Amino acid sequence: MAVAKKRPTLTKDHGFCAGCGHGLFIRLLHEVLDETGYAGNFICVDGVGCSSNYFMATTKGSAIESHHGKAPTIARGVKLARPETLVFTYQGDGDAYVIGLSETLNAAHFGAPITTFVINNNNYGMTGGQMSWTTLPGQKTTTSPGGRNPEQTGLPIDPLQMAARFDAVAYAARGALNSPRNINMAKKYIRKAIELQIRDGKYAIVELLSPCPTDWNMAPVKAIEWIDQEVTKYYPLGEFKGTEE
Amino acid sequence: MKKLMKGNEALAEGAVRGGAMLFAGYPITPQSEVMEYLSWRMPELGRFFQQTESETAAMFTVYGARQAGMRTFTSSSAVGISLMQEAISGMCAKSIPGVFANVQRCGPGLGFALEGQGDYLRDTRGGGNGDYRVIILAPNSVQEMMDFAYEAFELSEKWRNPVEILSEGKIGQMMEPVELPEFKPTARAIDGMDGVPAEVLLDHENPNFVKNLGDKIAAMEEAEQRWELYRCEDAETIFVAFGLPSRTSRGAVDKLRENGEKVGLLRVISAWPFPRKGFEALPDTVRNFITVESCVAGQVLEDVLIATKRVTKFHDAKVYGLYSGAVAAKVGQIMEKYYAVQNGNCKEGF
Repeated sequence: MAVAKKRPTLTKDHGFCAGCGHGLFIRLLHEVLDETGYAGNFICVDGVGCSSNYFMATTKGSAIESHHGKAPTIARGVKLARPETLVFTYQGDGDAYVIGLSETLNAAHFGAPITTFVINNNNYGMTGGQMSWTTLPGQKTTTSPGGRNPEQTGLPIDPLQMAARFDAVAYAARGALNSPRNINMAKKYIRKAIELQIRDGKYAIVELLSPCPTDWNMAPVKAIEWIDQEVTKYYPLGEFKGTEE
Repeated sequence: MKKLMKGNEALAEGAVRGGAMLFAGYPITPQSEVMEYLSWRMPELGRFFQQTESETAAMFTVYGARQAGMRTFTSSSAVGISLMQEAISGMCAKSIPGVFANVQRCGPGLGFALEGQGDYLRDTRGGGNGDYRVIILAPNSVQEMMDFAYEAFELSEKWRNPVEILSEGKIGQMMEPVELPEFKPTARAIDGMDGVPAEVLLDHENPNFVKNLGDKIAAMEEAEQRWELYRCEDAETIFVAFGLPSRTSRGAVDKLRENGEKVGLLRVISAWPFPRKGFEALPDTVRNFITVESCVAGQVLEDVLIATKRVTKFHDAKVYGLYSGAVAAKVGQIMEKYYAVQNGNCKEGF
């Protein structure tokens, strides 16, 4: 018999595009916040991009809007001032891996007692689908109309695996928001990362591959398949650090 | 009892006693002693010191911690302050207080690492995107490095606006005896910044935002002007200067008065808001203004020109500038400039 799942206390209807992974991430995040008892004691530092729509998808809770790429740095300051509060960043791939590459890796290097969530949809979604450093070779975007050319712009960047090599990083994992199985795994990753901060004050980073039907110019079903068929070739799923726990 | 201290250390200790709970910063000459001093002083008091990966990160760390209720401080110089402008603009947009110091060097680009006042226009006009203003206090002694840093926290909380200490390399490097003030509290929650819902922090979503910020800038401009007049009674020529040149100008005023010249000094203490009211307080006898600045092109001069437009009795006054480059003008140079103006050998400064 089907059991209706209770809606997390913080979740409300959001304004993301049909088939987008951001809404799924927020739902999972809010479920974990309820389960860990931190729904009333967290500060989300959201990035610039689709993640800056966080405030539209939550009923209450504290969010600080950051500048482009600077969320981990702001979060470091917030956590210093409020060590008892759960502090995490919610960013896109352009925010965390391109303009904010320095901030992301430096926070990881320090082992700042914060958690970073990166929703990777392989393009700049909010501004209308421009090329990101995570865009796949040959992928057409509004600034790579002939498809991304790796000879000129490099191959997709993978800061998650770079961060996993730092001693101070307790946990690094990549999931995907494209199937029930993957979504359940993603929730486990989110939960593990958050618990590491709550319990041990450790840094963790979780990246979630997200479909972006609008800017990929694909039907939602096709976008879901595209992640399995193409994106995971460059962005393999799994835990890269902290699997032993 | 007074203590002999270096300017940069006095600045740091002033911030500590003013209540700074966190310092985040990045090394740059000529202010590195600020962070070196705080690297042991903050932990000694159970407070936080963070060396960050850049000035941008320093200011954003301050930005985050201040929103969460902690008194914060950072300092840098010249190009480092350029890198902080994104965060400073963001703090003004969201009405986040905070204190930072610019121990200036001279020139554009990397500049010269000694001293200078070349950042005046950038800092007094905001410096980042959008229009905003930062309250700027300009010390001219080691004691004032301490005092201005000390009172800046409450000033910035009063207006919910960043406050800058605009100093110079040489003031940071020189030593003078200082009086140490009492310690103030380290944390002060601000309305709507202590575990508040998202919408409160997103101030710029408020339709009245532009009007509110404009009103605030006007109110700050009215309330926070600071200046000092020296021997201005019956003066016909007034030197206008801030920081170190205001001290050498004071020496020049004394010498010229000995020679029977009718000169005085208007020392600018608040670089923003510029002390227009100080001009209103000057005697009607004034005909000339000479700005004395450590820069390569007139910067304070522009504000003096605006002030003479706004103060009716000086509409016809002439404005000249002495720009001494990287090093503050010496007394002799200032006297020379004065006589050149008197003899009609100087072009007006615009």
